Amino acid sequence: MPWRRLLITFLLILPLLWLLAYGFTRDPRYIASPLIGRQAPDFRVLLFDGKELKLEEIRGKIVFVNFWASWCVPCREEARDLEAAWQRLKDKNVVFLGINIQDRQEDATKFLREFNVTYPNGRDLSGRIAIDYGVWGVPETFFIDSSGKITYKHVGTPGAETIMVKVEEAREGLVSAKEGKGSYQSIR
Amino acid sequence: MTATIGHSCVVIAFLLAIWGIIAPLLTYKTGREAFFASTRAGILGQFLLVTVASSALIYALVTADFSIKYVAFNTTRATPVYYRVTGLWGALEGSLLLWEWLLVIFSGLVAWIYKDRHRELMPWVLLIFSIVSAFFLAVIAFASNPFEVLSPPPADGRGLNPLLEDANMITHPPLLYTGFVGLTVPYAFAMAALIIGRLDEAWIKTTRRWTITAWCFLTMGNLVGAWWSYHVLGWGGYWAWDPVENAAFMPWLPATAFLHSVQVQERRSRLKAWNLFLIIIAFSLTIFGTFLTRSGILSSIHAFSSGPVGTLFLSFLALVLLGSFGLLAYRMDHLRGQPEFDSMISRESAFLLNNVVLVSALFTIFLGTIFPLLSEAIAGVQVSVGAPYFNSVTVPLFLSLVFLMALGPMIAWRRASWNNLKRNFLWPALASIGVALLLFVWAIRDFLPLLGFMLSAFVAFTIFFDTARAVRARRRIAGERIATALGTLVRRNQRRYGGLVVHLGIVLIALGIAGSMSYSIERQATLEVGQSLAIGPYKVRFEGLRGLQQPTHFRVEATFRVFNNGDESRLYSPALKFFPNQQAPVGRAEFQSTLADDLYIILSGFSEVGKNQATLKALVRPLVAWIWIGGVVIVFGTIIAIWPFRGESGERKDES
Repeated sequence: MPWRRLLITFLLILPLLWLLAYGFTRDPRYIASPLIGRQAPDFRVLLFDGKELKLEEIRGKIVFVNFWASWCVPCREEARDLEAAWQRLKDKNVVFLGINIQDRQEDATKFLREFNVTYPNGRDLSGRIAIDYGVWGVPETFFIDSSGKITYKHVGTPGAETIMVKVEEAREGLVSAKEGKGSYQSIR
Repeated sequence: MTATIGHSCVVIAFLLAIWGIIAPLLTYKTGREAFFASTRAGILGQFLLVTVASSALIYALVTADFSIKYVAFNTTRATPVYYRVTGLWGALEGSLLLWEWLLVIFSGLVAWIYKDRHRELMPWVLLIFSIVSAFFLAVIAFASNPFEVLSPPPADGRGLNPLLEDANMITHPPLLYTGFVGLTVPYAFAMAALIIGRLDEAWIKTTRRWTITAWCFLTMGNLVGAWWSYHVLGWGGYWAWDPVENAAFMPWLPATAFLHSVQVQERRSRLKAWNLFLIIIAFSLTIFGTFLTRSGILSSIHAFSSGPVGTLFLSFLALVLLGSFGLLAYRMDHLRGQPEFDSMISRESAFLLNNVVLVSALFTIFLGTIFPLLSEAIAGVQVSVGAPYFNSVTVPLFLSLVFLMALGPMIAWRRASWNNLKRNFLWPALASIGVALLLFVWAIRDFLPLLGFMLSAFVAFTIFFDTARAVRARRRIAGERIATALGTLVRRNQRRYGGLVVHLGIVLIALGIAGSMSYSIERQATLEVGQSLAIGPYKVRFEGLRGLQQPTHFRVEATFRVFNNGDESRLYSPALKFFPNQQAPVGRAEFQSTLADDLYIILSGFSEVGKNQATLKALVRPLVAWIWIGGVVIVFGTIIAIWPFRGESGERKDES
């Protein structure tokens, strides 16, 4: 009865192969952020113009926090979208804040000049802010509502459309279930 | 030009490998010897072509031919020549080429050595080799081409991963791949035996030396990997149970089981199906390992690139598993009707038990490795399985293996008598209990390490006791001196004594692992110049920082003077290396090693070079050096086991 044995053998092996194939459908490095729906960690950041900004001071506004670095290719891709969105939203009780990480001062300044970035940007010199926000690469973007709660996180380039939609959702206090993904560069 | 030569060689070799699959079938169908001769010629042709292709890539690496993408990504103009050569296995495409190169070397050797022997088996052996070779060549030619051109060529290359710029990286991958590829030989013979249905002991006897050699390379590959991890990665450990490490270690377990269980088949004609099962598993695991490493399906500290290669390896793994086990299931009727074991207390039961333990270890490690996948597929929950799981499940298994290592070689075949047990084990058992008592009185009070040391001593005592008795017998019979008697014994019984020496090597490794796992001390401190940190018997004094520009990177070195029990010893300079194209610095730990313990110094941070402040982490790890010494002993034992002594051949029947 070799055929029955063959069948049994195959039935034993196939689930394993299926499991390994299933592995391709997921990203083992992906860990859902526990921050969505939680209070945004407070921080103090030194801006490029020399002023200091404390997150708590802008409580009551919708805050768009974007972590970036000048060496990061996706950050270059999104830079114009971000500035365009800022121009449309800046008078609507929204604050954009760029946080430059793992970078050199002169490279970062050059980047801001190159893309004519007008919204406030600061440097996370000690790396504390990035650690508090569990930043795993650049760009990463957090949307914070007027009560100081993180409503949405986007890993990688968000695109203009998403920014507009998520800012409106933050205005309504709507918390997203999952983070979004775009093109991305890991820093670990 | 180089790229064209290399790539054409690979493509032509692929076509020859396809012929290597077709020709044996034609030999079988038509019975014409010419087809078989062409199979052999094809294998030889593959060997020549892949050798040319590999040499072409090495040539491109050495001459820094950046028009080839692989060269541009894995060397720079500043890379020293030896690291350019090792760039061959610095990344996926080259590693696959190296693998294929080793494979055609092995298959070429097999085709050449057995050209007049095993006429019935050989076409099928070469068929299996050709299938494996065709797969690798297809991947190299069409999916992961090391000869891909870059136009226009960049001015300088990106360079090797700095962690691979280390002398051990010159040896680790080739050793491991040789071990992996070496297992193809017994696998090919096993499959050939299954295909023609001649399932006697012929294939096992033929492949014995191949298997032992492959096993030795596999052992070395893993040990050198551990050694690299220990002294380059700078975390003070040598094994982290990372999926990629497990992938390299897993084939070792069934290969070890196989080495033992084939002896039962050779002598007692038993475990035939089991041996086939083991070799299929061992070979599949070498493919599975590469799949795991290259598919990126599991999260690992070893970041490897992925791509279409993962899917291809999975498909090939499916072919190997379904094909081999299918064939085994189909031939099961030929494997039935073996006699029962005579007694539970016999060498065959000891070997069987050893197999059960090794396969259980394999199963638990395999389960732990793929558990994150399993858990997410079935329960949708993300988990990670770490060292605590692996340690707690494997330590008892490995301890029982050590115990069986004492039992197996000394207990009689078929049925051990009370006398046999008493003769071989009474004194060693008493002596090892004595050792355990001494250790207990001295300092060691924890159960597991104490048990580990006692069992290791037990193995060593059984070996010394047995050898001493044999030497005494020779002196009495032949009047030889001790050294001569030992030489005669080893020559006449090379398998047995080679095996015993390997066992001693394993015992030394067990000692090293038990000592370093149980009694390590770790301390961390930020020091200013002149301040020191006390750890165990050592005192580490910080002497200063300096920065150095190296060909490929900038290096910050902290100098520490080490005092051992107050005596001044030499200076150590652990460093952090800053590579221009890497985000984070690469640590370079330093350590001093003695037979008793290693002092391991890691520079984990510093404040700007001018300020002279360093954060260091120091570890004292007892007995680590014995792991590496054990490795050397294993190589020595393997050489004894396979050395072609003239005259009194090692293939004699009455060996043990």
